[in-house]
Amino acid sequence: MERYYQPEIECASREEIRAIQEEKLRAQVRHVYEHVPYYRKKMEAKGVRPEDINTLEDLSKLPFLSKADLREAYPYGLVGVPLKDCVRIQSTSGTTGKRVVAFYTQHDIDLWEDCCARAIVAAGGTNEDVCQISYGYGLFTGGPGLNGGSHKVGCLTVPTSSGNTDRQIMFIMDLSTTILCCTPSYAAYLGERMKELGYGPNDIPLKAGIFGAEAWSEEMRQDIQQTLGIKAYDIYGLTELSGPGVAFECSAQSGMHINEDHFIAEIIDPETEEVLPEGAQGELVFTAIDKEAFPMIRYRTRDICTLTREKCSCGRTHVRMAKPKGRSDDMLIIRGVNVFPSQIETVLLNHGYGANYQIIVDRVNNTDTLDIQVEMTPEMFTDNIGEVADRQRQLVEGLKSMLGIRAKVSLVAPKTIARSEGKAVRVIDKRKI
Amino acid sequence: MSIKQISVFLENRPGKLKEMTSVLAAKHIDMRALSIAETKDFGIARLVVDDAYAAINILKEADFVANLTSVLAVAIPDEPGGLDKLLGIFAEASVNIEYMYAFIGGKDVKHAYMIFRVADTKAAEARLAGRGLSIMTQEDIAGI
Repeated sequence: MERYYQPEIECASREEIRAIQEEKLRAQVRHVYEHVPYYRKKMEAKGVRPEDINTLEDLSKLPFLSKADLREAYPYGLVGVPLKDCVRIQSTSGTTGKRVVAFYTQHDIDLWEDCCARAIVAAGGTNEDVCQISYGYGLFTGGPGLNGGSHKVGCLTVPTSSGNTDRQIMFIMDLSTTILCCTPSYAAYLGERMKELGYGPNDIPLKAGIFGAEAWSEEMRQDIQQTLGIKAYDIYGLTELSGPGVAFECSAQSGMHINEDHFIAEIIDPETEEVLPEGAQGELVFTAIDKEAFPMIRYRTRDICTLTREKCSCGRTHVRMAKPKGRSDDMLIIRGVNVFPSQIETVLLNHGYGANYQIIVDRVNNTDTLDIQVEMTPEMFTDNIGEVADRQRQLVEGLKSMLGIRAKVSLVAPKTIARSEGKAVRVIDKRKI
Repeated sequence: MSIKQISVFLENRPGKLKEMTSVLAAKHIDMRALSIAETKDFGIARLVVDDAYAAINILKEADFVANLTSVLAVAIPDEPGGLDKLLGIFAEASVNIEYMYAFIGGKDVKHAYMIFRVADTKAAEARLAGRGLSIMTQEDIAGI
């Protein structure tokens, strides 16, 4: 039998959902207009006032927010409450040197954790479960979000954070972990390691996994389910909107339910910015109608996907989004971490290299690899090999601190990076997702 | 009286060294000495040639990253203990060697040639002066 964390909301009628959304939308737009001068200016530029926004159909009158706005308003320009009411930040990569910093009031954290709790219950979680959170903790939203959700459900929470695979396995086996939360690539890696250690799907106590923060295919799901002997659920979110739990999969494993009492989803044409009808593929745009500290209105996710309101066999009524098919910008998601080519370029230039580089992303044994080929320049070259190697190491460190993940840097001869129409091909993504 | 060494950046991949030698061969550059230092993914070829300026222009035109470095070239008798004696003089003069390589041959069969990279070539030359060393010029190298 399907279980819900908040059945009255998760299974509300479409009319009820619409009423909730419209009421919250009106209040949110008024609040943002009054408290976020940055967005107010955008509204004024478009000639739209809070009283023009009454129904969901009015949403399209409002201006968009994008990563560029976050950069421009960094760090406090989009905060909707006095800082004394904010209790936390989380952060993710921005497009260049500046990171995205998202703010939370206690209310925001509560609703975020509710969303994660819904995902855990949808994956079969109860207070009888042992839930191991192998997402990174810290600035990354994965660990803190699922950790909070797990507490709300009442699971015994095991905050292992990411990495240290053999220790993860020890906890899974010794504590009889039943629910695993991590990136799908890490789940696949854990599965392989457990297989190597001689654990078959029947020896492993896990029954469910909640995997997100990066793209994964249906084939990868089948693989993980078989190796670990679990049911694997997708989860979606972004720091700008709270973190994981904006949308989550149910037992039907057929699209992710968007938590519509907190987020209004639209699909737009990324070029014309027109709103597209249900079922059409386009860029996903979210309006956070319940968030106080970081009230994103019509935030462009750059994720390309489709929405459906078709009835779901799980009984939930909230709209479902398909797995994102790609991006309308050049962002890469590598080992769950957002990476923009422009960030890599910034680091290269700061370290004295030129802007001739190529990013090669691949997935080897279900783990993403990031290889950056950088053309050697006369300025960076000396006859002293130790010095050249030191500079290469410093570059690797600089990239690590900008991106949050380790990249392999290869120094290559000048003009070896393929150029098309005079412009270098920046990214080669060999992953088959 | 130092000579010019050419240092060339090379990727550590099959055929890369040959790309360099082909470019030099096509323009009839005559190599006197060659040494290679390498890491896992790249290397640096160091060359002493008959005409250093011609060679570096040829390499740059062919899109190699290359530069000229002053190094000391010293001729020593090609006999047991020859290098030991020379290094004794370097030690006495407190000249630290960053790297070195050697070659023998050419028209003069009695001598071996040692190439030294030191931190400050001019200062090293001053310290080594008057110690009976036969430090070579670019012309000497071209003439071997």
